[in-house]
Amino acid sequence: MTTATTAPAGEVPRVVARKRDPIKHKGAIIGFLAPFVVLFTLFYAIPVLYALYQSFFKTERKGTFGAATTVFGGFEQYQRVFSSSEFWTSIGRVLLLFIVQVPIMLGLALLFALLLDSTVVRGKKFFRLVIFAPYAVPGVIAAIMWGFLYVPSLSPFSITENVDFLGSGLVLWSIANVITWVFCGYNMLIIFSALQAIPQEIYEAARTDGAGQVRIAWSIKIPIVLPAIILTFVFSIIGTLQLFNEPQVFRTITSSVSSTYTPNMVVYSTSIVPNYNLSAAYSVVLALSTFVLSFIFLKVTQKRAFA
Amino acid sequence: MSGPTTTVPTGTDTGGVDLPPSQGPRENRLSVLLATGGLVVAAVYFLVPIWWLVVASSKSQATLVSTGGLWFASPFQLFSNVADLFAFRDSLYLRWLANSIGYAVLGAGFGTLFAVMAGYALAKYVFRGREVVFNLILGGVLVPATALALPLFLMFSQVGLVDTYWAVFLPSLVSPFGVYLARIYAAASVPEPLLEAARLDGASEFRAFFVIAMRLMKPALVTIFLFQFVVIWNNFFLPLVMLSNERLFPITLGLYTWNSSINQAPELRLFVIVGSLVSILPLLIAFLGLQRFWQSGLSAGGVK
Repeated sequence: MTTATTAPAGEVPRVVARKRDPIKHKGAIIGFLAPFVVLFTLFYAIPVLYALYQSFFKTERKGTFGAATTVFGGFEQYQRVFSSSEFWTSIGRVLLLFIVQVPIMLGLALLFALLLDSTVVRGKKFFRLVIFAPYAVPGVIAAIMWGFLYVPSLSPFSITENVDFLGSGLVLWSIANVITWVFCGYNMLIIFSALQAIPQEIYEAARTDGAGQVRIAWSIKIPIVLPAIILTFVFSIIGTLQLFNEPQVFRTITSSVSSTYTPNMVVYSTSIVPNYNLSAAYSVVLALSTFVLSFIFLKVTQKRAFA
Repeated sequence: MSGPTTTVPTGTDTGGVDLPPSQGPRENRLSVLLATGGLVVAAVYFLVPIWWLVVASSKSQATLVSTGGLWFASPFQLFSNVADLFAFRDSLYLRWLANSIGYAVLGAGFGTLFAVMAGYALAKYVFRGREVVFNLILGGVLVPATALALPLFLMFSQVGLVDTYWAVFLPSLVSPFGVYLARIYAAASVPEPLLEAARLDGASEFRAFFVIAMRLMKPALVTIFLFQFVVIWNNFFLPLVMLSNERLFPITLGLYTWNSSINQAPELRLFVIVGSLVSILPLLIAFLGLQRFWQSGLSAGGVK
């Protein structure tokens, strides 16, 4: 509470100043924080609390055509969530996607970042921009574009005549490809920026000991940029669990993507029924799962990385 | 971490002019070949879809289907296609483009200002509850878009904001990640003695922030602006939930609705293709034009 007054403000008698104004620059702090905090409260905190509140209610009708009334339902919506096979199938689907796609994407991102940070390649700036460029393409647009590339009528790739990229067997991996295409460069850039911040002198000793680029990358660079890699993993956990745009676009061009393909699509399709109470319960469970998974991942990796 | 404190030019940032690997061990030709080959394959993978989009946008309805997708066909009608797209249905596409630009420029502009102010306050002032506020804001990063959009829809419908510009604009002003980045950057790049000096000269806290701190935090400002711009530009779920009047749509939602009705109206296909190409240009230009700012800003966030 009084830590603020330890700043070397000058000769003003401390005790007096402390009594009058326990926090230094109170007006400035409020002025700087207020706009963001007000907006955050209105458009983040209150909606989350409102969804939580709603998830404990249910709609009842007197008879089939009676007026609907909303009554307290306790954990009834949550019971439905936990017994909904559609929801858990969709969770399983995005987890499968996560296990396969994220290591591939981040592995490639790390490889590209290391190559662009090494002294081996020429034209680094060009490659860096090219790999990053797809990030400028919105997910919806990327899915529309790849949608054309996957079907034989417009695709320049003749393989589409024999392989059904939008069939139920492959469509998940076709979606994975779109995500990788869009986000690989973004993750590459986060790791690359961390690599660039390493002072060059660190490599000197290793070089004089005769270590090659691969050895330097493995033993020095990767351990140092591990926090950045962990950051990209956490972003990917969040992004994959919340997957919506790409499958929603594919849904309009193929029947192998159902209206409950991903957890967020379950939330959305429940809300347009409309059953806001159940859909609120779905989003609460989804938000908590995201939070718990990210948290566990951070804890586990921090132990590994810093112990 | 980076920014003004970086004194050693790493040299790897200058394209073809690389560090002289004089003392390095013999990097044999094979590894150079492998590395370059790998990057060339990657470049092809990342560029071919965009190349296809450019080529397809230059074709007619007929040549789109009848000619190979990776090279141009005559007639080359990219510009007349774009003109047709802009004129189609009372310039609906241009309306979407203007909407997206409006949502993104204003949302990212004000959103960045608010995020930087908050991040600066959290970095530079000590007060009770500081970490609680910061952790609550960080928790906001984890909240799924759907968890926000649906309750917001219900709240906005009670105050009559559903199906208005405000419904999409107001929520996009909040960037929790921006606050995180701004706090880290402010702590690293705005020296305390400089602020003290400004105070001794009689500058108010606000003046010290707007005149001194904002200038030092320029890379962070650009980074937060660009990434919030991307988030809003890519926004799809919120407008999908909030808007039914197609004249308020952003470009993502607009092209999605056209793409969904290609089966009923095949002539829309070319418009979707040309429209996709036009829609990615503003971001590509912004990223290329501002890269020297956001790259140094990004490293501050990536290191921590």
